[in-house]
Amino acid sequence: MLPFELPIAGWVEGVVDFLLSHFQPAFRAGSTFVFTIVDFLTSVLLAVPPLLMILIWTLISWKLAGIGVAAFTLAGLLVVDNVGLWTPTLETFALILSAEVIVISLGIPLGIVAAQNDAVDRVLRPFLDFMQTMPAFVYLIPAVMFFGLGLVPGVMATVVFALPPLVRLTNLAIRQVPNDLVEAGESFGSTPLQLLMKVQLPVAKPTIMAGINQSIMLALSMVVIAAMIGAGGIGAEVLRGIQRLEIGRGFVAGLAVVILAIILDRVTQSLGQQAQAPKGG
Amino acid sequence: MGLSGSGKSTLLRCINRIHDPTSGKVTVAGIDVTSLDRRGLERLRRQKFGMVFQRFALFPHRTVIGNVEYGLEIRGVPARERRERALQVLELVGLAGWENRRPDELSGGMQQRVGLARALAVDPDILLMDEAFSALDPLIKREMQDELLTLQSRMQKTIVFITHDLDEALKLGDRIAVLRDGRIEQIGTPEEIISRPASDYVAAFTAGVDRSKVLTASSVMMPPDPVIRPKDGPHAALQRMRRHGISSIFMVDNDGKLLGLVSASDARAAADRGESSLINVLNKDVSTVHEDDALRDVFGFGNGTSWPLAVVDGEGKLRGVLVKGAILASLSHPPDSWNKQLQQPVGRDQHAAL
Repeated sequence: MLPFELPIAGWVEGVVDFLLSHFQPAFRAGSTFVFTIVDFLTSVLLAVPPLLMILIWTLISWKLAGIGVAAFTLAGLLVVDNVGLWTPTLETFALILSAEVIVISLGIPLGIVAAQNDAVDRVLRPFLDFMQTMPAFVYLIPAVMFFGLGLVPGVMATVVFALPPLVRLTNLAIRQVPNDLVEAGESFGSTPLQLLMKVQLPVAKPTIMAGINQSIMLALSMVVIAAMIGAGGIGAEVLRGIQRLEIGRGFVAGLAVVILAIILDRVTQSLGQQAQAPKGG
Repeated sequence: MGLSGSGKSTLLRCINRIHDPTSGKVTVAGIDVTSLDRRGLERLRRQKFGMVFQRFALFPHRTVIGNVEYGLEIRGVPARERRERALQVLELVGLAGWENRRPDELSGGMQQRVGLARALAVDPDILLMDEAFSALDPLIKREMQDELLTLQSRMQKTIVFITHDLDEALKLGDRIAVLRDGRIEQIGTPEEIISRPASDYVAAFTAGVDRSKVLTASSVMMPPDPVIRPKDGPHAALQRMRRHGISSIFMVDNDGKLLGLVSASDARAAADRGESSLINVLNKDVSTVHEDDALRDVFGFGNGTSWPLAVVDGEGKLRGVLVKGAILASLSHPPDSWNKQLQQPVGRDQHAAL
């Protein structure tokens, strides 16, 4: 054994202090930017009358996932509205949507780079392991220190948690594109970009869609944890139920999360299946 | 041609540098492929090459016509023009009307037609075919081989065709390179490979081949002497036959054109009648075969006709004589009497290994 304790805790605090003292304006700006977007999204979603919104969701899920999912969407959302959780559910949806936009715009490019470069893949892998397995509560605190209380650290914590599966599955999906398809693309003189856009990504699309689906599900699992730092939404309802020992209230809020999760899962899954259908030219 | 692991697919991929050769140089139409940068390589691939794959390698997210258009699309050919061209090529390979299907809705043979169409759509100078027919049923395979030969007779492209199937190589190839452990054992015409194997390996490899399909009349024929000319009389003919121990003799004119056959008994009769010319006993109705005819076809010919057969070229000149015994000898395994001087004997155990 070492005669002293490794000062890991001290290092981490040092890094956080350094970042805070040197990059505070950057975090502020980022925070304001993300808040503006989520807030705007929420107000747009809430501006639509609930019944009309439920109808729109039903039509979308009918178009994308079929009659069964549409029926579930209609019934589920009517229940959500009926128990008075419409506003927090939409707030949660806006939070997840924003987090997911960030996750997709970071995760897919990272996955592509990792698929094409073994060194990047090797470096990235431990970071992804770290992000995925480090208990979420641990980075709630630095998230609050960087971005303050409220929506934004909730979005950021959700991003950290939901990003790894998309990076991994994008990487895997592109590596699994059959070699002879890549050779076929190359043999016609495709540029690397053409190869990526016209062969690798289209063939990898179903698996990448599965990655997006996974990251949405993980994001939903962060809802309650994010509520602990003031992200609001249904998570806050669940927390309130727990804190006041109102078991029924907590259950109803939990049910709303499940309904939202099932709708998002089925709809994104069917998007993945549609990705397999071919197109002309 | 080579067995699996002989390096034939690797060699093919070195030609368009899908694999980078570790050493050596590849030159295509005067261009040193190995020294090209990425852009130069892309340009060369667009200009020169079309490639067909063993497992078809069709893009599953594209329709049949989307696949055929691919090569044109990445060159930036306008949508209408490439569609037109793709439809033409699909028609050429017999897939008109299938353009909007998905590749997985098609049978293996049809999928490979799409693969072929995709390669042909860009009108490449060089077609690289990597075991293109190996994954097909024997019947479909033969059909595709025949169609490729028909297409080739019209297109006249350079085709590098990889196969592990000797019969396929012999059927399709103008020149065959036999590969073993990354080395070329022999390059030659199908006939050279069969009749003059450069090594024991090639000889053992070709031992099981149906030689009657590959060997041509000219490779087995005897030299066309002795012959007689129109001026020769019965006595001269009889004397020549006696000296060579044969029972009939061909007559040619001064240009070497075949005129007919005189048998010993007819010549004797003419001599007995005191005739000075052989014109009356010349049999002009002689069975002839072309020098490039495969022995298999020659045999069909020989049935019911009299031997020897005359081998003639396109102008009707006598090139040689086919004797039944020599053909039979040539069809048995090597080494044979007719090419003994050109090859090493192959041991019995090597035959047994095949």
